[in-house]
Amino acid sequence: MVAVHLWSGLRALADGQEVVEVEGETVGQLLDALVAAYPGLEPAIRRGVSVSVDGQIIANNRHVKVAPDAEVFLLQRLYAG
Amino acid sequence: MSKIHVTTTINGDEVEYLCDPRETLLDCLRDRVGLTGAKEGCGTGDCGACSVTLDGRLVCSCLVLGAEAEGKEITTIEGMAQGDDLHPLQRKFIEHAALQCGVCTPGILVAAKALLEKNPDPTETEMRYWLAGNLCRCTGYDKIIRAVMDAAEEMREAS
Amino acid sequence: MALDTDTKTFKYIGTRPDRPDGLDKVTGRARFGADFSMPGMLHGAILRSPHAHAKIVKIDATRALALAGVKAVVTRADFPTGLTGEDWNIQENVMAGEKALYDGHAVAAVAATSQLIARDALKLIEVTYEVLPHVTDVDKAMAEGAPVIREGAADYSVPEGLHPNIVRYMDTGRGDLDAGFAAADLVLEESYKTEAAHQGYIEPHACVGQLGADGKGELWCCTQGHWFVRQMCTAVLGLEATQLRVTPSEIGGGFGGKTTVFIDPVALALSRKANRPVKIVMSRSEVLRASGPTSSASMDIKMGMTRDGKITAASGTFRMQGGAFPGAPVDVTTMLAFANYDIEHVHHIGYDVMTNRPKQAAYRAPGAPMGAFAVESMLDELCRQLDLDPIDTRLKNAVKEGTRATFGPKFPPVGLIETLEAARAHPNYGAPLGPNQGRGVASGYWMNWGGETSASVAIGEDGTVQVSVGTPDIGGSRASMALMAAEAFGVPYENVRVNIADTGTLGINEPTHGSRATFASGLATVEAAKEAIGKLCKRAADKWGIDAEAVTWEDGFAKPSGPNAGEFPPLGIAEIASEMGSTGGPISGHFESSPDGFGGSFGTHIVDLEVDPETGRSTILRYLVVQDAGKAIHPAYVEGQFQGGAVQGIGWALNEEYVYGEDGCLQNPIFLDYRVPVASDLPMIDTVIVEVPNPGHPYGVRGVGETGITPPLPAVANAVRAAIGVRMTQLPLTPPRVLAAIKGRG
Repeated sequence: MVAVHLWSGLRALADGQEVVEVEGETVGQLLDALVAAYPGLEPAIRRGVSVSVDGQIIANNRHVKVAPDAEVFLLQRLYAG
Repeated sequence: MSKIHVTTTINGDEVEYLCDPRETLLDCLRDRVGLTGAKEGCGTGDCGACSVTLDGRLVCSCLVLGAEAEGKEITTIEGMAQGDDLHPLQRKFIEHAALQCGVCTPGILVAAKALLEKNPDPTETEMRYWLAGNLCRCTGYDKIIRAVMDAAEEMREAS
Repeated sequence: MALDTDTKTFKYIGTRPDRPDGLDKVTGRARFGADFSMPGMLHGAILRSPHAHAKIVKIDATRALALAGVKAVVTRADFPTGLTGEDWNIQENVMAGEKALYDGHAVAAVAATSQLIARDALKLIEVTYEVLPHVTDVDKAMAEGAPVIREGAADYSVPEGLHPNIVRYMDTGRGDLDAGFAAADLVLEESYKTEAAHQGYIEPHACVGQLGADGKGELWCCTQGHWFVRQMCTAVLGLEATQLRVTPSEIGGGFGGKTTVFIDPVALALSRKANRPVKIVMSRSEVLRASGPTSSASMDIKMGMTRDGKITAASGTFRMQGGAFPGAPVDVTTMLAFANYDIEHVHHIGYDVMTNRPKQAAYRAPGAPMGAFAVESMLDELCRQLDLDPIDTRLKNAVKEGTRATFGPKFPPVGLIETLEAARAHPNYGAPLGPNQGRGVASGYWMNWGGETSASVAIGEDGTVQVSVGTPDIGGSRASMALMAAEAFGVPYENVRVNIADTGTLGINEPTHGSRATFASGLATVEAAKEAIGKLCKRAADKWGIDAEAVTWEDGFAKPSGPNAGEFPPLGIAEIASEMGSTGGPISGHFESSPDGFGGSFGTHIVDLEVDPETGRSTILRYLVVQDAGKAIHPAYVEGQFQGGAVQGIGWALNEEYVYGEDGCLQNPIFLDYRVPVASDLPMIDTVIVEVPNPGHPYGVRGVGETGITPPLPAVANAVRAAIGVRMTQLPLTPPRVLAAIKGRG
């Protein structure tokens, strides 16, 4: 199980939780598992999120591997400028 | 509306073109004569990217009508180098990294050359005020001023 | 990714050679967007709404089409329907549908045999408008009763009951704000405003488009990102992606404003209708009215600090308008507003609001300068009231490796502390100040970007190297790519030619934006070089009859890796290349990825200025930029980014703003009235490059292009505060505003 931190605006869609534990070995699997557990998160995740894995920002890549003890944060989808 | 036939001298060469009375000298240089070095940045004489000299005087070519070039002598950026030999200003701009995107560079080089021909030893303040009519959005002007100062010094030593 | 810097000193990286395109750019030979023509070309012109908000009842182009020389007219009816999401937003912005949404919104376009005929034809197109009430201010656009830009544009995030102009809402943070503020010795609350600014690139948008009835097209344009142009044009016009080939010209500035499309789909639509290529060049007033300025922002900040300078809690509400479409970068503003500091209790609320203004586009660290202005102004005020040094206080709270960012994750290695220490040690920090003079300090951050990247290298028949990248060269990046390729291959810099390839030549590339080109195209160039080097070594191994693993590459030569591999004299790249054709064929390498591992860049600025008490005019006396580049590939161009960003920030702080009249129309669409800094406004801009290597790039590179514009807004405001004794909370600090503040202080 990987601990995924949600930003405060998403917590209401996950029963008020700041950290949600889900199964997954890659970023994509974690996101899919989040949506399966909390369908209310689906619009936000479909719109696009970036993910931080142990401090490394993964802008947009579903296949990056995530270790079971990794610290994962959902971030607003990053764009450049 | 019929076109006006203009005979003029550009960078030492006699040139003829036909222009609409409403066309600017900038339009004619770029679209009639094929000299695209001068750029239109604003069309209102505020940015200096279209700078050329007209009978030795620094002007914004977007504020001169194509028809006004009749019988005059025009120099543009294309006439600044002598064959393979770059003008010291051109060399110093490359050396000092005084350009980033390069679109304001032709206008600034023409303006700086006009300055140094008038005043071979300008102070930094004189240089900045002379070039105040040439906008640069990339460099913050620092390396441009250093390049002009360095070129001025080289030109003074050479003369 | 292993950092190559650990094990070597560089031969080429860090030097300052001439840029490869220098000769073209100082002689006027370089071809920018408007410098291109095609045989048979027509000239296009765009008819724009004179109203800020109006229903388009009818468009009658009969008289325009009857004008001699006019070959085609297009309106929205000539574009496909059925688009959704951002594709629809772009199409709606490129050519109005049912409503004109802002002063300058395109409603029709003409192609004719000359520029003048096209412009004359515009006057003959009759448009019937039904004028509607408009709103251009962000706070007014959120209020009950404000004119509605569009119903149903809000996304999932917006709570029930808010005005339809509010299209996105964000709420991020952590901790216990009440406890945090309770622990403070001083809590301040203040509201701040910034107005929209324009990137101000000297080169207006320009393109030549050709589109046939067979759906195949070519487009030449000035752009920061031609694959984005391809995607947007093909979406807006209903074409297949790879049937449009886009070639980038040299680009005369972009700063984010040329990462999208305004005129390109129009040129292509006119071309399809007229069956001839069509050139469109925007005028300066079209650029200001109808390309993509920044958002404007209205912000409320609250921060608490202990007597000895520790920030205990911070909260901010950020309201930003992005024109008549969703997209104000308030998500970034909220993410980065407090990101410089280690704060346990922090909360951000953000609103993305629509108004009757042009669709905003990115401008150098989009969203960050607004938040930095508010937060760094408040931090300055806290320091002032607690009698604390601004740099020492920032050092006390500064993030470093392992600090938990205000947006959640822990920071990798970063250089904020190093920039603060270098700023404090610089002679500018101790320069004496006279009457009416003040000093301001501020720090800022941009997280930078990786993004989709494809690059390739190929060995020429004489052993010289060609590099193809997809990131247009806005500021000298060809030199940096050439330096990295030279370093990787071990060949002289002069033997490397860098080309910016068109969309038909490489896989997808994101634009030159996000401070990503040196990082991502550079990384791809190095990786592509490694692939080619592997093949070069294999040719040597084959020639020597040994295993490829037994060959290494050093300084441009293949060498046996050790005495056991055999004794062979080194084989140079030129010699291997000369035999390529008969030893296995052409040698090249390529690399595609969307690299993460980009490292953010922190910066600290110090500005001294003098305010004229009779006119309110501020004159910059000294300006210092200290910023972390990770590894400066070509230091002169890194300094150039520092200086350019700082001066754009100075302009935004002191002079630049979009002025809308009561009629909702832009009052200052020319450079005379939209006043950007000129040479006589400024002194030399001092720079210090700090290098805290980014472990995510083989040479430690961090992007540097954007951070430089975030500290100047607050640094200048803090300096004015010091000079006149009044805190000004609304930008720009134009002479009339400063004069009013001086007079008001009594």
